[in-house]
Amino acid sequence: MSDRAIPIGESIDLTPPQGMAAGWLELLHDWVITVDHKKLGIMYIGYALIFLLVGGLEAMLIRVQLAVSNNHFLSPETYNRMFTMHGTTMVFLMGMPIIIGIANYLVPLMIGARDMAFPRLNAFSFWMTAFGGLLLYYSFIGGVGLYGAGSAPDVGWFAYAPLTEKAFSPGHTTDYWALALIVSGFGTIGAAVNIIATVISMRCKGMTLFRMPLLVWLNLVVASLILVTISPLTAAQIMLEIDRYLGGHFFDTQAGGSAIVWIHFFWIFGHPEVYVLVLPAFAIANEIIPVFSRKAIFGYPAMVAASVGIAFISLGVWAHHMFTVGMTSASNTFFVLSTEIVAIPTGIKIFNWLATIWGGKVRFTTAMLFCIGFLFQFLIAGLTGIMLSVAPWDWQLHNSFFVIAHFHYVLVGAITFCLFAAFYYWYPKVTGRMLDEKLGKWHFWLFVIGFHVTFDFMHIPGLLGMPRQIYTYEPGRGWDSWNMIVSLGGAVQAIAVLVFVFNLVWSYSKGTVAGADPWDAWTLEWATTSPPPVYNFAVEPVVSSRRPLWDLKHPEDPDSRYE
Amino acid sequence: MSTIPITGAVDRPWILPSRGRVGMSALIVAESAIFTIFVIAYIYNIGRSISGPTPQQVLEVPIFATICLLSSSLTIWIAERALHRSNMKMFGLWWLVTWVLGVIFLGGTAVEWRKLIYQDGLTIHTNLFGTTYYSLVGLHASHVTVGLIGILTVLILTLSGKVAVRHAERIGVFALYWHFVDAVWVVVFTVVYIVGRS
Repeated sequence: MSDRAIPIGESIDLTPPQGMAAGWLELLHDWVITVDHKKLGIMYIGYALIFLLVGGLEAMLIRVQLAVSNNHFLSPETYNRMFTMHGTTMVFLMGMPIIIGIANYLVPLMIGARDMAFPRLNAFSFWMTAFGGLLLYYSFIGGVGLYGAGSAPDVGWFAYAPLTEKAFSPGHTTDYWALALIVSGFGTIGAAVNIIATVISMRCKGMTLFRMPLLVWLNLVVASLILVTISPLTAAQIMLEIDRYLGGHFFDTQAGGSAIVWIHFFWIFGHPEVYVLVLPAFAIANEIIPVFSRKAIFGYPAMVAASVGIAFISLGVWAHHMFTVGMTSASNTFFVLSTEIVAIPTGIKIFNWLATIWGGKVRFTTAMLFCIGFLFQFLIAGLTGIMLSVAPWDWQLHNSFFVIAHFHYVLVGAITFCLFAAFYYWYPKVTGRMLDEKLGKWHFWLFVIGFHVTFDFMHIPGLLGMPRQIYTYEPGRGWDSWNMIVSLGGAVQAIAVLVFVFNLVWSYSKGTVAGADPWDAWTLEWATTSPPPVYNFAVEPVVSSRRPLWDLKHPEDPDSRYE
Repeated sequence: MSTIPITGAVDRPWILPSRGRVGMSALIVAESAIFTIFVIAYIYNIGRSISGPTPQQVLEVPIFATICLLSSSLTIWIAERALHRSNMKMFGLWWLVTWVLGVIFLGGTAVEWRKLIYQDGLTIHTNLFGTTYYSLVGLHASHVTVGLIGILTVLILTLSGKVAVRHAERIGVFALYWHFVDAVWVVVFTVVYIVGRS
């Protein structure tokens, strides 16, 4: 389509009427062959939501099993599969796709581009990710290998060697786990390459690097981090498969290999992965908090610097997962200090968000409520993180439920809260309808209560010595009532998520029509229609400040005057 | 519904880096990370095999193959320059030379592996040296193979007259990959044939 032929200043909606007279087969065909970043973004997000429900169901089964002592609700084998699949699902099939989906949808819109840099690579990446997920879940039926042992991986989401070696994990379940992650890893790397090329090479006129919305900046940082994070995991998985299929000895201690090397390789991936997931959550907060505080973000350059800083520091902290492995004192000290340094850039971010809210005309929409919840919970998650970074404290509590509570505080309290905020904020852009605010408030309050009941109290059995990944426990250790409370909180969270899913479905047809810019926001995605046409912008935008829509709405006092 | 047009005067020309080069550079970073992990595994496991054969006993330094691969970086660059000058004959010739040099390298690896497997009895599960050697050199060889398929594709398109100077940018992006494959060989060569044998 020759958009340049359209006279400047005029804008015509050239989108063909959608869904009209198209049978479901055409519609399906349309979605399967699409290379449009918005449709692929929606598919990423839809895919992630399905796995959010699946992973959530697995979590609920775990919590039912742990609610009372000496429980036999699940068999021990099933329990092992459930915690393995819950972790793997939530990180690789829910977390990664949803952050990539959001980046896919928003990054081109925010930089005034018509699509990603490589639309076909984008489709390829999505389908690799999707088939990776299917491969993992196929293990439930295909995992019974020659030895008839097990179905679905049961080696924990970090799959420590030598448990994953052929001798201890017969059958094919572990292979499904490794292959699924290799396949979806290729998809993730493709998406990261695409995001980097898009941000560097596809920006509209005037969109200099330091005029990009912070969401775009942070996704650039995350994509760069993915390149050096997912690749080591892929390499380690290939080694594991060489061990399992070709009789290699990488992690085979009896032939001189080293199980510790796997632990290193896994956490060289595993710790930066936390930042791969949490930085997009920061990115979401960076967009939502200013709009609902009616102020520009405080300390934009500091936010960029802090994000880049976090990415660099995160590459040098992995062995804080390994204090109990028995490293030298020098290594322990190094990783204690490097981990504690993370608190500096994250602290800068928290203060900047507070300063953004400070003195603003705060609008307590559901999206803003979730962001405020995120601020509190991320602070607490950071504080327990500093506690755990101290090696002696970690020796006491390593692999206990205190650690589980800590990282769920990050993954749920910070990341999931921001993701929910993103849904309330951008759903109108994606569908053209507002999510229902009343249901949204129910969702928020139920979720925040459920979250705190679950994860605040989960720290306590950890402090009382309850280890992770145990099938059940004896009564009389003082863990019973705490576990019951935690499980009940989990049920409240599950109800909240169901309210959210209902809201998504209900508002799609019944929600208030949103219009192009329902929040009176400032970034470019709100300059086009909701939902945006295939080509995003009829006329390629030109920007002259960080808040192009502010300039447009306030020609008497544009931001560009102060840059 | 219509979109809000956002227009304004921008006097400076707006030039951004080529997306192909940025994308390929990003891919190279990711690939380097994969190679780094394999190289670390190789270095860590040097001398940890509990049975023979050892690298000192069986490895021979592949000097000729190495010279071929490294000089192919030069020939692909000469080919690119010819393409920029629209000299299709010279482009085709040097592109062919690049491909032949790559094939010689890969053939060298095949001969080396044949000797190791059939004469020295070293396979991927013989010992840790075999595991790390075949996986690191094999990872590199698989990248060479991908590169050779790419070079061959361009060669066929050139011979059928479909490549022109307007493709120079894409060919340049592809050449980046080939330079990367050559550069990685310097690391693999150093680690496997110099550090690993000493």
